[in-house]
Amino acid sequence: MKKLLTGNEAIARGAYEAGVVFASAYPGTPSTEILQNLADYKGDILAEWAPNEKVALEAVIGASIAGARSLAAMKHVGVNVAADPLFTFAYTGVNGGMVLISADEPGQHSSQNEQDNRNYAKFAKIPMLEPADSQEAKSMVKTALEISEAYNTPALIRMTTRVCHSKSIVECNDREEIVIKAYVKNIEKYMAVPDFSRKMRVKIEERTKALMEFSNRTELNYIQWNNRKIGVISSGACYYFAREVFGDTASYLKLGFTNPLPLNKIKEFCEGVEKVYVLEENDPYIEDQVRILGFDCDGNNFFPPYGEKTPDVIRKALYGKTNATIEYDKNKVVPRPPTLCAGCPHRGFFYELGKRKNIMISGDIGCYSLAFAEPYNAMDLNMCMGASISIGHGVQQVFNMKDDPMRVVSVLGDSTFFHTGINSLLEVAYNKSNTVNVILDNRITGMTGHQENPGTGYTLQGSKTVEIDIAGLVKACGIKHIVTINPNDLKAVKKALDWALALEEASVIITRWPCLLKKFSEQDNEEFSHAFQSKCVVDKEKCIGCSACIRTGCPALFLDKNEKKVSIREEQCVGCGVCLQVCPVKAIGKVEA
Amino acid sequence: MTKSILLVGVGGQGTILASKLLTIGLMAAGYDVKMSEIHGMSQRGGSVSSQIRYGEKVESPVIEAGGADILVAFEKMEAMRWIDYLKLDGKVIVNDYEINSMPILSGKIDYPKGIIDELSSKAQTIVINAAGHAEQLGNSKVMNIILLGAIIKTMGLEHIDWEKIARENIKASLVDINLEAIKKGQVLF
Repeated sequence: MKKLLTGNEAIARGAYEAGVVFASAYPGTPSTEILQNLADYKGDILAEWAPNEKVALEAVIGASIAGARSLAAMKHVGVNVAADPLFTFAYTGVNGGMVLISADEPGQHSSQNEQDNRNYAKFAKIPMLEPADSQEAKSMVKTALEISEAYNTPALIRMTTRVCHSKSIVECNDREEIVIKAYVKNIEKYMAVPDFSRKMRVKIEERTKALMEFSNRTELNYIQWNNRKIGVISSGACYYFAREVFGDTASYLKLGFTNPLPLNKIKEFCEGVEKVYVLEENDPYIEDQVRILGFDCDGNNFFPPYGEKTPDVIRKALYGKTNATIEYDKNKVVPRPPTLCAGCPHRGFFYELGKRKNIMISGDIGCYSLAFAEPYNAMDLNMCMGASISIGHGVQQVFNMKDDPMRVVSVLGDSTFFHTGINSLLEVAYNKSNTVNVILDNRITGMTGHQENPGTGYTLQGSKTVEIDIAGLVKACGIKHIVTINPNDLKAVKKALDWALALEEASVIITRWPCLLKKFSEQDNEEFSHAFQSKCVVDKEKCIGCSACIRTGCPALFLDKNEKKVSIREEQCVGCGVCLQVCPVKAIGKVEA
Repeated sequence: MTKSILLVGVGGQGTILASKLLTIGLMAAGYDVKMSEIHGMSQRGGSVSSQIRYGEKVESPVIEAGGADILVAFEKMEAMRWIDYLKLDGKVIVNDYEINSMPILSGKIDYPKGIIDELSSKAQTIVINAAGHAEQLGNSKVMNIILLGAIIKTMGLEHIDWEKIARENIKASLVDINLEAIKKGQVLF
């Protein structure tokens, strides 16, 4: 049966058809929907959200060792977190087949960098496949699992945003039931102690040699001979971008299996064409190999070495311009930057925090990263998941050395705290800095589109589970000063910040209020029964047009410059009441929704 | 010949459902179809786009600058933002509807005036008051499906069995009003 699927849906379908029984991930754009779709195969596949990518990969490694076909999925930077187990699992090898999906982000649509994770395959010495569309994404999962089992190695599938989030037609098949293999204790295989790992290291060389032979013979790497004046070597989405520009006027070497690279095929292709272009995102991964083989080519020296290599980018490099476009009056377009939603629980907190002087704010990855922007200007940096607390610690220690009165406030979300913030908080307590640490607990993993996490009380596949008590966990980390507040209550926020900044020891402020887009659980209904039940309205008679409420940055508020009055868009307002508290003339009131 | 349809709007306007129905219809009619979306942060209110390409054999899932046959803007200013993706002889379908972005809401910049005139002077432009027509049908949320109807007419896709596609992909209680919306979108111009 033919279906129109995104690359992520196709990966999930491929795992289902190939008999995968266990999958784990931490959400991250553009990989999130892989596990969400796998969760729909409840009964056949156990799909779990792990607290972070390292834990996800380790759980999947365990499933493989226990004999099951298994899959882990993560965004490119997630593989950095999971790199430690990956590199040694590459030594021990598998029992049941195991595939790791890395979703890279050329163009950084929703990421902090654009690292090329193909380098991980080479670095860890594991086989890699690169699908160009959804059909390939689906079928390559099965191929990757077969390679994994045949060559006793984890396999990597490298996706990119365009492959993950583009739809194309996929032929769907039935599920193949794969018997879970027996687990047999084998310390020489699974105990990575030096005596054994040195032997494993030798075997990796033999495996790589065998995989090289596979790479040269597999149909995953194929040549299309057309006109031989131009030859294009490409992988992933770039293959179709190149075909869009060159059509049948060029010959192609399309690479679907890219570690190890098929050196014989590359040689044959380069010898058969006059001019070689290498089109790949992002690093010169294939290009370097072409040059090592002694062939001249144009790759990242000629096309931009960063961003996506979409057809217009290729055209511009080749011909100096894109297709003809309509010139227009740029003044007719006003930016539409992302903003915290109306009713976002982060608003009240950052509104108050942004007013503070002599503080340095260490930020993290989440919707709240937007607090760096107007009107809050309440963030100095962000780096990677969970880093706010530990970077903040280092900053504070140096400030303290210099007797600098600056204080550090480190902020991160609930899911980010569970991800890697816990270790960072141990660092703060153990090494005795006096940072103020804020856990913005909006009761869900927000930015990636509302995934359950250890604090929500539910698993990915909807079963009720233990709900981690953040305050209790913080206390267990050695923090003595802890307070939980409602971030919509500006007086409570101000009081908590005053309290924490007056302390000479580290503290934690937990702001607890749900994301307004969250689908409430039974428990949410009880705890937040009064949430989102009212709307704020402006009394136009009283409004003096001072814009104090506008400075909370709420997109439900609109200042009419002619009338000099503010109005609130009813369909957006959820009655958080932050604007109401900052109005100097009490012109804003609440009505029942 | 591959055709390219670019749908643009603001998060929450229903561009995704409209493009989903469109792609399912195109596939049922036997075309090769590819579609690309970029979605990252889940906040409401940012610019969104869906790129749909169909034909005998589609290569790139992405529409390039100067490459769209039609630009369908669910919000006026978004039509301007994306107009350089339109072919020189491409058509614009624009919903006569304004959603203020943050710099406008905060009073820093005014919503640009004369967008429809600017669009009309650059390309063949079809202006639709989809919000008004949706309200007349009794549900302001079917604005997106009225625009889908307009796409069907503009691209000559009336031969596809949209009723069947709507029945298979929309909640039963909402099918009738959506079918009316598809029809409405086809008779407005």
